[in-house]
Amino acid sequence: MPFIPHSDHDIEKMLTAIGVDSIDDLFDEIPDNLRCGNLDKIPTGMNEMEVSRFMRERAAKDGLPLCFLGAGAYEHHIPAAVWEITTRGEFYSAYTPYQAEASQGTLQLLYEYQSMMASLMAIDVSNASLYDGASALAEAVLMAVRANKKSKSRKILLPRSINPVYRSVTDAIVKNQKIELVDVPFDAETGQTDLAALEQFAGEDFAAIVIPQPNFFGVLENVDALTQWAVDNKMLSIGVVNPMAMALLKPPGEWAGSGVDIVCGEGQPLGVPMASGGPYFGFMCCKQKHVRQMPGRIIGRTTDLDGKEGFTLTLQAREQHIRRSKATSNICTNQGLLVTAATIYMSLLGPEGLKKVGMASHKNTQALAKHLSAIDGVSVTFSGASFHECVLTINTDVKQLIDELAGKHHILGGFNLSVDYAELGNAILVCATETRTDSDIEMFATTLDNVLNG
Amino acid sequence: MLIFEQSHRGRASHAQSPNSDLEGSVLPAEALRTSKPNLPEVSEMQVVRHFTRLSQKNFSIDTHFYPLGSCTMKYNPRACNTLASLPEFTGRHPLGPSLHGQGFLECMYELQGMLKEVTGMQAVCLSPAAGAQGEFAGVAMIKAYHDDRNDTARCEILVPDAAHGTNPASAVMCGYKVREIPTGKNGDVDIDALKEAIGPQTAGIMLTNPSTLGVFDRKIKEIAGIVHDAGGLLYYDGANLNAILGKVRPGDMGFDVIHMNLHKTFSTPHGGGGPGAGPVGVSKRLKPYLPVPIIGKKDDQYVLLDENDCPQTIGRMSAFAGNAGVLLRAYIYARMLGREGMPRVAEFATLNANYLLKRLMEVGYDAAYPERRATHEFILTLKKQAKELGVTAMDVAKRLLDYDFHAPTTYFPLLIPECLLVEPTETEAKETLDDFIDTMEKILAEAKEDPELLKQAPYTLPVRRLDDVKAVKQLDVVWKKGEK
Repeated sequence: MPFIPHSDHDIEKMLTAIGVDSIDDLFDEIPDNLRCGNLDKIPTGMNEMEVSRFMRERAAKDGLPLCFLGAGAYEHHIPAAVWEITTRGEFYSAYTPYQAEASQGTLQLLYEYQSMMASLMAIDVSNASLYDGASALAEAVLMAVRANKKSKSRKILLPRSINPVYRSVTDAIVKNQKIELVDVPFDAETGQTDLAALEQFAGEDFAAIVIPQPNFFGVLENVDALTQWAVDNKMLSIGVVNPMAMALLKPPGEWAGSGVDIVCGEGQPLGVPMASGGPYFGFMCCKQKHVRQMPGRIIGRTTDLDGKEGFTLTLQAREQHIRRSKATSNICTNQGLLVTAATIYMSLLGPEGLKKVGMASHKNTQALAKHLSAIDGVSVTFSGASFHECVLTINTDVKQLIDELAGKHHILGGFNLSVDYAELGNAILVCATETRTDSDIEMFATTLDNVLNG
Repeated sequence: MLIFEQSHRGRASHAQSPNSDLEGSVLPAEALRTSKPNLPEVSEMQVVRHFTRLSQKNFSIDTHFYPLGSCTMKYNPRACNTLASLPEFTGRHPLGPSLHGQGFLECMYELQGMLKEVTGMQAVCLSPAAGAQGEFAGVAMIKAYHDDRNDTARCEILVPDAAHGTNPASAVMCGYKVREIPTGKNGDVDIDALKEAIGPQTAGIMLTNPSTLGVFDRKIKEIAGIVHDAGGLLYYDGANLNAILGKVRPGDMGFDVIHMNLHKTFSTPHGGGGPGAGPVGVSKRLKPYLPVPIIGKKDDQYVLLDENDCPQTIGRMSAFAGNAGVLLRAYIYARMLGREGMPRVAEFATLNANYLLKRLMEVGYDAAYPERRATHEFILTLKKQAKELGVTAMDVAKRLLDYDFHAPTTYFPLLIPECLLVEPTETEAKETLDDFIDTMEKILAEAKEDPELLKQAPYTLPVRRLDDVKAVKQLDVVWKKGEK
């Protein structure tokens, strides 16, 4: 029996000890009319050899196209040591560290993770992670509404330059609590949030404003001005950032001098494979004064009976297993294994390595934009400086183009923006991380030129 | 020692970063970082050694018996990890065209089908990232259903007092008030109290069956009738699905919506506290409200169905399609078990639990419900020992660690005093259970001879009991440079 160790002899002895005749007798409290028959629609079992061959055939169907697609998930090099260590059974098959003495490995690692994230964001504290970037923003919005004691507003300013799927996830999660997301337009020329248009909301009561960096178009926002605007208009600020960019770009804790109140985002770029969208992890950091409103697990350093240093879950009075209906969130897990990978990744890269990955990705995208916009019918859409993604306007149907690049040329050519941003016309969001070489970029440019003008 | 304390300025794992600088960049100076983040500056070997040594401070399924009740800490087959980590699976971009994802999507489509079959529900969405997110999605669907019928006076969700803490917290996140229903003396829901609490204000009830008390609620059909007659819907918390896999189906019990914890029943790793996966299944009337994306099939191609295909959806729970890698592991596990292996999970989980309960009662422990059959887990109460010897459930739990056993769940459910919730799972051998029983007997003897010994335990782990009060009062959640 797969994964069940019992011999016939064991079964007999155990049934005798219990005092029943058969295993079926153990289900005698379940009413007979509820018992189900055979699970006919489920195939019969496979052994490991069979399932290995079967899964390899399935995987082969998917192939590995050359990726110039980002839009919230990014292909970065992951050092071999990251997942070698992460999948050690002691990390992989442990549970939530409720028994602190038997979980010091996970707990210390999470404390180190919190320290790294807080420092990368240049802000006071971090939690031990949430599900993903999009749901982390939803939690940040709920947190801001709780934390803003000066305002009773349940309205949040959300730039249209944020990843549109973050908007829909946030809306799906917060709307039942009657929280309203109010759009802020972007400047059609720069691709940045429109500061002049933002002025129409000055003096109105909002719980918080969300500030992406870089924004969904890859463009760098004027984060200092936006953060200062939030301070001037007496609302909290929520940064949404790509952590990969934060060794290179000014971190949210330093925006406008005093920094944002809360920052969150998608942790995937830090050592987590793209893997069809998950599991990833959402990160969340905040100023010390908001820590008791933060959702999710938090690890603290303390001492044991002998005065020796150790680590434990702390501030648990915020959490659902203690507070039940009065908890800060219903969240029960964190994304422990992904955070393990990210912590090892950040340790291997260090401050300089992480900055270099950011710079290489930035420069590759700059080169990609230059090559592609030299093609007839392709131009760079926005004038604002970008990090490692760039919007291009193309004189053809983008959906068809993307399908053709993928189907005929095994190139993931980018993200079609014309659905979420009709006003941009035929626009595509492209990305080249540090994993793309000069020849990859030239190959994409040649192929695109052939498809458009060949 | 922290990784930061091994850091030396200028040291790096040189093989791991690309050569790059900002020459020729158009980034404006005011956008750039001038401070250096406190990431460690260490060599690759230092990193590998540090985190390997940290891992060795953990108890885990791979190293220890881990009878943590309500968590289903069963063996995580290695093949599931190896095969879900094939480069085509890990390298697939979530927004890549379905053309480059037919292999993955076919697995997901079939997983939806298998989960439908094993739960008796009409449709399944895989995307919720964990049990609690599945709960949120489930309650949000209940709300959308009532709202669509203009039945807006329903503002209350009923939750038994034995429920997981996530249940009331999820209901509140959906904008509901929570009303608790007491448990009867025999461990089943108190039907009279239910009848009293239910009414036109009831949107639904959230139930776990078997409950967190380790017993199967025999009156589930009657409960379903009462709730449905009042116009409410029934939510099934699938945390304890391991007890009934292939034996009883929540859909047949009358539930309208369920979530499943694939990291429990379908053996995906717990990873030190996540990732999980909490797919939801629904009856016919809730099908239009399922979260998106859902895996569909159009013209023989597997595709992601979105808001355009499912206009009444409650929306998206995460940026992409949920914890795909976890779902793949669960799929591989399900294919290895097959239809014949699934009921065996419930059978041997139940056999192990009942054996353990019976033997532990023989050596002197009290069951919370001695007259009931255990399901896949059971509760011991140390009320007597606490009163007579001053030894608590926590003391026994900590002493178990000294004997190389992970502790059962302590102090949950909240209504049983001094309790241990014990779940052995089907993957443990009789010898392991016998060792555990011998150890529990020994601890009971120690409790009688020298209670102080237990109160100070553990002695053999990397740390002794930690000062949780200090951890809150002198909050230290981030290491800072210059600190020891």
